[in-house]
This record gives sequence, structure tokens and C-alpha cells, in this order.
Amino acid sequence: MEHNFIFDLVGNNIWAYLITATIPLIFVTLYALVAILGELKIASWVQDRLGPMRTGWKGVLQPLAEVVKLLQKEDITPKNVNKPLFNVSPFVMFTGSFAAFAVIPYSSKFIPADINVGLFYVFAVSSFAVIGILMGGWSSNNKYSMLGGIRSAAQMISYEIPMALSILAIAAMANSLSITEIIKSQDGGIWNWFIFGGPGPIWKIAFFPFIIILFLVYFIGSLAETNRTPFDIPEGESEIVGGYHTEYSGMKFAMFFFAEYANMYVVSALVTIMFLGGWNSPFGDFLNGPIWQFFWFISKAMFFVFIQIWLRWTLPRVRVDQLMYITWKVMLPFAFIAFMGIAFWAMLNPTIIK
Amino acid sequence: MYLTNFGVVLIFFIIGALFVAAGLFAAALVRPKNPTEEKLMTYESGEVPIGSPWIQFNNRFYIIGLAYLIFDVELALLFPWVIVYKELGWPAFWAMVIFLIILILGLVYDWAKGYLEWDKPEPVIPKLDELIIKRQKKD
Repeated sequence: MEHNFIFDLVGNNIWAYLITATIPLIFVTLYALVAILGELKIASWVQDRLGPMRTGWKGVLQPLAEVVKLLQKEDITPKNVNKPLFNVSPFVMFTGSFAAFAVIPYSSKFIPADINVGLFYVFAVSSFAVIGILMGGWSSNNKYSMLGGIRSAAQMISYEIPMALSILAIAAMANSLSITEIIKSQDGGIWNWFIFGGPGPIWKIAFFPFIIILFLVYFIGSLAETNRTPFDIPEGESEIVGGYHTEYSGMKFAMFFFAEYANMYVVSALVTIMFLGGWNSPFGDFLNGPIWQFFWFISKAMFFVFIQIWLRWTLPRVRVDQLMYITWKVMLPFAFIAFMGIAFWAMLNPTIIK
Repeated sequence: MYLTNFGVVLIFFIIGALFVAAGLFAAALVRPKNPTEEKLMTYESGEVPIGSPWIQFNNRFYIIGLAYLIFDVELALLFPWVIVYKELGWPAFWAMVIFLIILILGLVYDWAKGYLEWDKPEPVIPKLDELIIKRQKKD
């Protein structure tokens, strides 16, 4: 527990564990409010309009108003649904995406659970979403939900394979699956980040193309994993109404929504951890204290959240055949080649302690 | 009081589930509840639903599922390998390269057999000269 300042403050008792788990929950809630406002405002910026302006100064209270609205909405459970699965689905969705927060660090002094298979764990719990979506889609007893659920399952499992290959390449470069180790092996300035090949001699430039490919594969795959445009086929509102959450209303719908935003942060934080040095400052030891690390990590992750929102309002939705073409015929072969290239580089790299 | 890091992960699962339960409970206190026959109907664009949605669906999804299963088993093998292969040296590296090449051959086979093809829309593109001829006939 040397990576958790709560234990220094409170001591090793049950309160320390509870506080450790509650801080990320509060963070997710606040982040979701900011991200919803950001989504609305960036949408209005892209579409050249004002966006919400009435609630509070320039509409900053809009997300709170949405929460109050969703709380007061009637919760309709249609007659023909499979009740147990229908009710459990929001639990699976939110718990799955919140469980990933257990291993996402904030700074070198606050990592909720520093487990030695961190990346593998995140990869495992992100599959919860597939189960939740299939449960919700099938149990709704609705044609749109069923179509959305199946499409979503096909999409998410297809994009998982190239993503896992890029996770493996990072694990090969860092020689570990622990998130702390991966970030620690990238310290010492921007040139040592894994997007620039990690620490190593200058001829690492020869392996740059592989890393750029893996970065793009991971980022595109994470867009598909969170079901966001351009890959929002599972919930494409112009084709199948609301996709897997057509029949959900009120707070249950809010949980799906919340899980989607939480997932956006999880994948952005993972891009940050894997390619952009995690909490490390870009200037080496300069501005690299624990508080600054907090700042660097959150700003890098929020930058990728911003890019996701930006892409959503810029790109059109891909068709189902294009979606499958992208993952099986473009991303997978490229990811295989790039993974072998990086595994070769990790073998040659003299700075990796074997 | 001592928990390993995996104990903290368990606490995260519990807190996440409790949060959803608390949210649903709080909503249950304030929201209205007056269901009518129409509200409880399955949504199908306002029509009365016809037939069951639990139907046979396109078996391409099944093939994609099978392909995923093969590659996922391979990934489960790669995760431990990627941590230890540098200690084991070049033989471990080349062994896995051969394994990956066999898998890629499997992907190529799938591709060549057309299992990865999806139904593509076939747009009918109108030819310009035909349109012109039609208009001339009208005149």
C-alpha cells in the first residue's frame, strides 16, 4: 500500500479502504457532470450554435438539471420483459465500468489498487459491458433492443482483439503488466514515453511506425468499445431508435448513460498510461511532484475525452459492413505486424532489465 | 485490518453495485408511478408489436463469435508469454512468431473463404445518358 497516501493519513483500517474506494466514485460523478456539459458545449461549438444557456451562467448547471430530470422520470418496465435480466443489466454495466477505476492511478501517491496484472484486469472488466448490453438487449423483448444488443456484442468482441494486441506490445516494452511499473518505465521526459518508443538508444526511431500503428489501433478500438460515434451502430438513433436501451427509462437509463461516460474516461486514462507516460511530466523531473502528477494525468486523460467528443460531432456513422471491414481486415493484420515488430524491439532494447 | 490489493478491487465492485442501488432507490422515492396499458406496451414506433423479437438472426454474428473465440484463446496464451519471453531468449521469441504466423494463416483462410464479408448495400447509380434520353423523349 506504499502508493496510497490515505493509508499514511488514516492508518491501515477499514476507513482507509472505504475512502480509497469512495474518492474514485466522487471523481466519476464530478467528471460525468463536466463531460456532459462538455459534450453539449462542444456539440454547439461544432454546429455553430449556443447550446444550453438558461440554467445558470451560460448553462453550466445543465448537467445537474439533467440529473434531477432523470431522477423524477417514471421508471417504466414493459409487460413482456424478462424482469430479472432487465433489472440486473444496469448493475452489470455500471459496476463493470466502475471496477476498472480500481486500477487507474491519479498520481504516484494515489493508486487505489496497485495490482500486478493491472492492464489485464482492465481488459477483463471492460468485457462486462458486452454482457450487460446483451442482457439489456435480449431481456427487453423489443426488436430494436435485440438488434442493438447483437450488433454491439459483435462490434465489441471484434475490436477487443486488436486492442489486446496493442496492450501486449506495451507489456512487452515495459516488461510488466502492472500499471505502476508501466508508468515508472516511462519517466524522464517526453522522449521516454512509449509513443516515442520508451527509453532506449536513438535507433528506436526505426520502430516508430509500429508504435504509431498500435496507438491508432488502440484509440480507434477504444472508440468502438465505448459505443461512441463513429462506431455507435448499437445505439444508432436514426436506425434502431435507442438500440439496447430503447426500453429503459428514468434512473436505469441514467446508469447506462453514466457507464458510457465512465468508460470514456477509462479508455482515455489507459491511452495516457500506455502511450503518454501516465502521470509523468513531459519535462523530466521538472514539475513532477505528486500534486503536479495529478494535474498531468487528469489533463492528458481529459484531452482524450475531448478528442472523443470532438470526433463524435465531426464524423458520420460507419455502416455495419464497414465496421467489420475496419477491424478484421485493416486493424487486425496491422496490429499483428506491429505487435511482432514491437516484440522484436523489446528483445533488442538494452535498457529493459531482463 | 489487512486487505491485499485484490481486496480493494472487491470493495470497488461492492461500492459500484451499491451506488446503482442507491440511485435507483432515491429515484423510487421521488418519481411518479402510474402505469397504463399503453405505457407498458413494447415500443415499436407506436405500432402494436407483431411477432416475437427472439428470432433467428443472421448467422454471420455466429461466425464472428467463433473467430473471436479462436483469437481470444490465443491472447490468453500471449499474456503470460509477453512477460517472460525476454528472459527465455530468442527460441521463445521465434516459437511465438511461428504460432502467430499460423494464426494469421487462419485469418487469411477466413478472409479468402469470405467468412468476414458482410452484406453490402448495392446502390443503383443512375446513368446520366439514360436520364438525358428520357427527358428528350418527354419533350
